[in-house]
Amino acid sequence: MKILVCISNVPDTTSKINFTEGDTKFDTNGVQFVINPNDEFGLTRAMWFKEKQGATVHVVNVGGPQTEPTIRKALAIGADEAIRVNAEPTDGFFVAQQLAEVVKNNDYDLIIAGRESIDYNGGMVPGILATLLDMNFVNTCINLEIDGTTATAVREIDGGKEKISTSLPLVIGGQKGLVEESDLRIPNMRGIMMARKKALNVVEPVDATQPTQDQKFEKPAAKGPVKLVDAANVGELVQLLHNEAKVI
Amino acid sequence: MSVLVYTESLKGKFKKNAFEVASYAHKVAQELGTTVTAVSFNAEDDTSLGDYGVSKVLKISDESLSTFNAKAYALTLAQAVEKEGAKVIVLSSSADSKFLAPILTAKLSAGYVPNVVAAPESTTPFVVKRTAFSNKGFALTQISADIKIIGVSSNAFGLMENSVSASVEDFSPSLSDDTFSAKSIEVDRVVGKATIADADIVVSGGRGLKGPENWGMIEELADVLGAATACSKPVSDMGWRPHSEHVGQTGKPVASNLYIAIGISGAIQHLAGINASKVKVVINNDPEAPFFKAADYGIVGDAFEVVPKLIEKLKEFKAQNA
Repeated sequence: MKILVCISNVPDTTSKINFTEGDTKFDTNGVQFVINPNDEFGLTRAMWFKEKQGATVHVVNVGGPQTEPTIRKALAIGADEAIRVNAEPTDGFFVAQQLAEVVKNNDYDLIIAGRESIDYNGGMVPGILATLLDMNFVNTCINLEIDGTTATAVREIDGGKEKISTSLPLVIGGQKGLVEESDLRIPNMRGIMMARKKALNVVEPVDATQPTQDQKFEKPAAKGPVKLVDAANVGELVQLLHNEAKVI
Repeated sequence: MSVLVYTESLKGKFKKNAFEVASYAHKVAQELGTTVTAVSFNAEDDTSLGDYGVSKVLKISDESLSTFNAKAYALTLAQAVEKEGAKVIVLSSSADSKFLAPILTAKLSAGYVPNVVAAPESTTPFVVKRTAFSNKGFALTQISADIKIIGVSSNAFGLMENSVSASVEDFSPSLSDDTFSAKSIEVDRVVGKATIADADIVVSGGRGLKGPENWGMIEELADVLGAATACSKPVSDMGWRPHSEHVGQTGKPVASNLYIAIGISGAIQHLAGINASKVKVVINNDPEAPFFKAADYGIVGDAFEVVPKLIEKLKEFKAQNA
């Protein structure tokens, strides 16, 4: 089985978000970048398939040269090879078209991407990719088993979960649940050394459409101070929620 | 050339988000000088969509579509878009809508923007405001593609009554067997309980509750309020509560009217996930907890004393206002 894990290079979850150039760009100043958490759960599940079922695992990122440390980290975790499509990922449809080209050139059986990146939150890359390639697709996937070409996936739905039976080739929009938080791997020194020798192939983007453009960013409006209620007078909170906030 | 809206239903009944997306679609249709056409799957009360500005319902009655199937639903919507000549499609932010929207986007070569929080800023060019950076910011995004798909953020636009009379027309999509190559074999849905996705009120517990055995009062508080229960990331990582309750940047987003955080310090990742909630209440014994900076109302105190009192006061309030 050949697996492709799509990884996005995103600001660490603790990052404060600021904008620059007249609020038209995300300010990367002082921001640490990591593998998108939803993608990392998928990458770790791919490692499981590699170790238990002999799968080969490639990772791909659409991004400029600055994303290479994040790609190397994926290699240090255990991916066999990496591909970087040398383009700025400004639109989800654009990224999906670039990834589709990578898949067409390499025959993957299983493609795992995160359900969304935690920066632009488009949540569209895996679904568009699957549709462009005419592959099966399961989103918000929290469990995945592969037996031959048969796949059984569990997806999270609002207020529950759904088990889906399908087959390879398959695209997964993954999240926590594919593996647990405690299963995530911190690269060890050997992994880091080996990652330096693994192939990281840079390919140029193909012509693609960009149906959306982010024009301007805003930060949420500053909030007023909290209204404190004395712990001895809880009834006041009930009154405030009823009369002032009007939410009960 | 109408605005098309996907109105979700469950067991024949429209979900609340169906009326919210219909309200949004009506607003867009007004600005474009056109009307709203809804697509409904096996729903019983199609004409009720007229209360929220839907003039026409394409009604699908098809046993093979009784369970949600993302590809089949997306292809059905694509056929409805073609039939109506629609240029704008409005959907919700439910798990199902977010599953089918990218498929529909690729089929129609459309421009899709999810998590939209307000009516379009302008329609020429078509610009919408959406959340980005997991609720730590907003983006004004232009959709330049001919067909535009808008995913409306839950509870952001609200319900707007616009009574029109809705005509109902039967619609039968043409779907080949291989459309169903990903099949639902089991659905496990909590019934009779509010879910984080559509609850008006969410009650959430953190590490301050010391252990899973103490969740009884969280559930009781939620029951009194008709609320959904949720938890912070450490709580789900330690296995005190199921992952499906984890709210925050890497868990579920919350956009309720009221969010009550108990024993949650308020890490930046947690606050990002619940930021879209309208009113936030924090109960924590540490006055320095960051959540107090993000909350509207707060009580500094021991959750094990405050929460039972709050339950008691709410019961009294309910009895008086019943």
